[in-house]
Amino acid sequence: MAEIRVEDLQKRFGEFVAVKRSSFTVADGEFVVLLGPSGCGKTTTLRMIAGLELPTSGRILLGGDDVTFHRAGERDIAFVFQLFALYPHMNVRQNIAFPLKCQGMSRSEVARRVAEAGRILRIEHILDKPVSGLSGGDRQRVALGRAIVREPKCFLMDEPLGALDSEFRHVMCGELRGLHDRLKATTVYVTHDQLEAMSMADKIAVMNKGVIEQYATPQEIYQRPVSMFVADFIGSPSMNFLRFQSALAPGDDVVSLGEARIGIPAIREAVPAAELALGVRPEHIRFDDGSSLRGEVYGTEYLGTTQIVTVDTAFGQVKARTGSDIRVADGSHVGLSFDAARLSLFRASDGGCIRSALYEGSTHG
Amino acid sequence: MSSASTTAHSVVEPSANSKRLAGFLVILYAVISMIPLAWIFATGWKTPPDSISYPPKVVFDPSLEGYCNLFTTRTRQTQDYIEAQGPPQGACDEVTRKREMVIAGPSNYVPRFINSLIIAFGSTFLAVALGVLSAYAFSRFKIPLADDLLFFILSTRMMPPIAVAIPIYLMYRELGLSDSALGMILLYTAVNVSLAVWLLKGFIDEIPREYEEAAMIDGYTRLHAFFKVVLPQAATGIAATAIFCLIFAWNEYAFAVLLTSGRAQTAPPFIPTIIGEGGMDWPAVGAGTTLFLIPIVVFTVLLRKHLLRGITFGAVRK
Ligand SMILES: Nc1ncnc2c1ncn2[C@@H]1O[C@H](COP(=O)(O)OP(=O)(O)OP(=O)(O)O)[C@@H](O)[C@H]1O
Ligand SMILES: [Mg+2]
Repeated sequence: MAEIRVEDLQKRFGEFVAVKRSSFTVADGEFVVLLGPSGCGKTTTLRMIAGLELPTSGRILLGGDDVTFHRAGERDIAFVFQLFALYPHMNVRQNIAFPLKCQGMSRSEVARRVAEAGRILRIEHILDKPVSGLSGGDRQRVALGRAIVREPKCFLMDEPLGALDSEFRHVMCGELRGLHDRLKATTVYVTHDQLEAMSMADKIAVMNKGVIEQYATPQEIYQRPVSMFVADFIGSPSMNFLRFQSALAPGDDVVSLGEARIGIPAIREAVPAAELALGVRPEHIRFDDGSSLRGEVYGTEYLGTTQIVTVDTAFGQVKARTGSDIRVADGSHVGLSFDAARLSLFRASDGGCIRSALYEGSTHG
Repeated sequence: MSSASTTAHSVVEPSANSKRLAGFLVILYAVISMIPLAWIFATGWKTPPDSISYPPKVVFDPSLEGYCNLFTTRTRQTQDYIEAQGPPQGACDEVTRKREMVIAGPSNYVPRFINSLIIAFGSTFLAVALGVLSAYAFSRFKIPLADDLLFFILSTRMMPPIAVAIPIYLMYRELGLSDSALGMILLYTAVNVSLAVWLLKGFIDEIPREYEEAAMIDGYTRLHAFFKVVLPQAATGIAATAIFCLIFAWNEYAFAVLLTSGRAQTAPPFIPTIIGEGGMDWPAVGAGTTLFLIPIVVFTVLLRKHLLRGITFGAVRK
């Protein structure tokens, strides 16, 4: 097991920059998720760490050694592909043993390791079956088996659950995290599914257009998003943005949206007059008839214990998550108040966050 | 059609009637295409008079004469000379003596057949081996002008190969490759390799790169990964390609006539020469042709498991 350090990594495909100056460190034994929409460069980043793709510039260190230009086979890592890449001409046992064979390991040692991997993943009963007839979950486990027999420095996984149906994905998420907790293996995991990321990661790197926008724990990313992109990408329904014009000075803890004066965490920087966006999570909105921020109820989505109420306001549409016991009729006018300590502010122009008390004590991306 | 009202119609399952019609058409086609083969096979077992009798004989007394004539050369002798030889030795001797001839020695059929085997299998092996390597390169690496190169490779097939017969004949004579097995192997390889590259590239494109990448991450070199992972998965395509190459090389006639006459002559140009040897010896031709078919049949049967999947050219996966 080892630490992975990525420094200033850049990858171009011709004119197109797929990964822009990424830097992050995965501590020994950490489970890090690269999260982002399709095409943002997650796979490219992972493939560079694996050695399947050479970076245009930057460095990659594995356990302190610079491996930027080492061949994939020399890096002692395991890679789990989305399609699992199980060899159809071999059975399960041969598939799992395949990585060991080229190391010239003794037969008895190979057998011991394969048996152990089978036991850890609970696939002992299918070891002698051909891979073609296996279910998605079993294929997944065999692919993991092939990764863990090597006892490599780290695991790299590219959407390993992408091919499974959503229900089963949830089960496998739990299994994967359980496996990681037992093996304590440094893991980099790529997905575009925020729920997968939130439920498994020690740390999440949120990527957008080749840039890592924020690299922090799931809680941090959810509560203190450093950009509108991160705020929007994480959370379901996503964060509401109320757009308004204003200038702010350090120490301000109130903003004016039309008539309404809304409390916010104290601002820590001077902001010249510009279009701003007030970020509010749906669960931080309450109906409050005393509030002067008003809107008209557009519709309600019932979710069991909670419901999502959509309200049209002068500053844009807002989705609020409330207990499902509150009854609001479509078309009725309501007042909204927010949980002041939890609000974030962004510059609408570049989506960057405005420093405030909210971010204090947090690592800034 | 009364049964149709009692069974539910399925949109995807063909109806019993259409299945029957399809089966009938397939069998009809098979029968029609088998008739010439059956006729050749039967001719091999006829006597020369039976083989040219009119109306043609469908029912006849089988005779070994065709096969005897195929494998031997014979000389005409006087009755006295034949009687002086003592009792006939073996069935062929007996058949030959009835025609007032004696066996003079073995014919060239066996050596020509062996030439065919060496040249056809040798060139097939080379064409497939070269084809799979270059197809892999085209499929996996960024090659400058790859599309143009592929088109160029294919363009060698756009004219009939025989169009270049004269230059090749002159070139071969100059290089001393005329009438040599090596020359024929090189020629058939050159003709087949373009087909092999194109067919195999399709098959290799279908194999996800992840398979090799996984192997390379596990410490295998690319060459190792190619042999351990890519080749086994391309087996279907290789089998299909090999059959096509073999059929071409096995049956090729025009170049064989032009470039081989003795040592390296293959069976196709040899078989017609049988006709001239002792009058219209159709049974020997039938026998020679029947035996000539066997290697292809055996090869195809051995590889048929792969073929059934491969011949769809990867259109249907798994
Ligand atoms: N070999 C390549 N040549 C050219 N462009 C490439 C290549 N590989 C990736 N790209 C481009 O780089 C960008 C990032 O690709 P990448 O596969 O890393 O995205 P991703 O985040 O993994 O997306 P997804 O969720 O769809 O897998 C994409 O726009 C893609 O088109
Ligand atoms: Mg990807």
